[in-house]
Amino acid sequence: MRLARDRETERLPRFVLTEMLRNWDVATAERRPMCADTGLPRYYVRLGNEATVEGGLVAVERALRRATADATAAIPLRPNRVHPLTREDPNTNVGLHAPEVTWAVEPDADWIDITTVHKGGLFGSDYRMLFPADGVPGIKRFFLDTLIESGKRGLACQPAIVGVGIGGSKDTCVRLGKEAACLRVVGSQNPDPHAAELEAALTALGNYIGIGAMGFAGTSMVVATHVELAHTHTGGLPVGIHQFCLSSRRATARVRADGRVEFRDDPQWFTDYYRRQGLD
Amino acid sequence: MDEVHLTTPVSAEAIAQLKLGDVVYVSGVFYTAREGVYRQVVDNGVALPDGLRELTNVTFQCSPAAVVDPDGRHRVHAVTASASFRFGRSMARWFERSGARVVVGKAGLTELAYREWFVPHGAVYLTTVGYGMGAAYGQSIKGVRAVHWLRELGIAQALWVLEVDRIGPFLVEGDAEGRSLFALANREIDARIAEVYGNLPAPTLSRFGEVLSRTDEVV
Repeated sequence: MRLARDRETERLPRFVLTEMLRNWDVATAERRPMCADTGLPRYYVRLGNEATVEGGLVAVERALRRATADATAAIPLRPNRVHPLTREDPNTNVGLHAPEVTWAVEPDADWIDITTVHKGGLFGSDYRMLFPADGVPGIKRFFLDTLIESGKRGLACQPAIVGVGIGGSKDTCVRLGKEAACLRVVGSQNPDPHAAELEAALTALGNYIGIGAMGFAGTSMVVATHVELAHTHTGGLPVGIHQFCLSSRRATARVRADGRVEFRDDPQWFTDYYRRQGLD
Repeated sequence: MDEVHLTTPVSAEAIAQLKLGDVVYVSGVFYTAREGVYRQVVDNGVALPDGLRELTNVTFQCSPAAVVDPDGRHRVHAVTASASFRFGRSMARWFERSGARVVVGKAGLTELAYREWFVPHGAVYLTTVGYGMGAAYGQSIKGVRAVHWLRELGIAQALWVLEVDRIGPFLVEGDAEGRSLFALANREIDARIAEVYGNLPAPTLSRFGEVLSRTDEVV
């Protein structure tokens, strides 16, 4: 964000970014929510293959549901989760399919990693079924469509960390796009050179649009672009795009077999095993 | 980009003097309103709480991050605006029923919407800055005067009456004539859009919205 502020030459987006940095200082010093929309709490859990849990995985899920309700009351988090039709709010952020828990596994490990991500997310995400003939130009065009649509008037709360999930099936690319936006070290490169090249090209393209922070004319639209790939149907090129806002929040804890808990910044979600391609 | 300090209730003269892009701070009292409050007041015809209309004419389209202390009192740590375009159709009736004249929110409305729904009521629109200014705005909230409809609407949708001291900065996004700061920005952005897309070809398969009629073929 500081880099974006320093690079931004236009007066209005620069004013916005300066105020946002001040907001972070206040949030840190006074332990206030940096954004009052504390999002939809959700969890990414990676289980070491050698890890065992008293009470099994159901105990983990129950603990996460209870922790969500406890945190909602204690921190407090805004109780955003309502019934989709009646709009009734249980005031706990817990309900039908809420919070979401995504599971993954890791060989040769006896720990459990739990990452929580809290984001809003009404604006700035989209899915499109492209086709092999559309190729990289088609991905770029869809990327522009999504960023311009949500970037005007700052609906996406940019500058954004943009995740692009390419391939798999419809749900795979949407999931990967979100994980790419929310779970990578900001600005890190995908080890696949094709993906890394696209990441750099898309970031440059996003900041060339002419939209800056909060939708004012400028150059601070994208902080970083993260691309994740999945093998896909031979006839298709599904793409999911996800924007993580300037109030991106996440935290990771590793629970070790002896009960020690370590906290860290990097979720280490995209492990070599997670991106495996071969039979093993 | 002049700096302007407003005190609630804001006078018609002060409202008329606001210029697009002015940096605004507000002191006094304002209250929150979004889907739930509009449903109560605009759709269901429930009267606004007694005395609120006289107390202030500033309303913030948001829900607070609020905590209930052991003694039952509420504290608000942070406020962040909610996207305002969703509430556009409620606004004309809302201004009539509430007497509100200054709306604080996220992302504003179109100039057409301002001219149709705001200008006839002498109302203006202030946008929050960056949208994630929860902590800095929260710092300027000095107390919770009252909470209405907490049981019916829940914490996020209830009507919170908040005492504020120099809360800001906000930017004047919709002025008394119905001009929009974002519309100005969009005209500047749109001037380059064709060049940004360059020669990127149209997608192989279209979607509704990209074809003009729902009976058109998308392939």
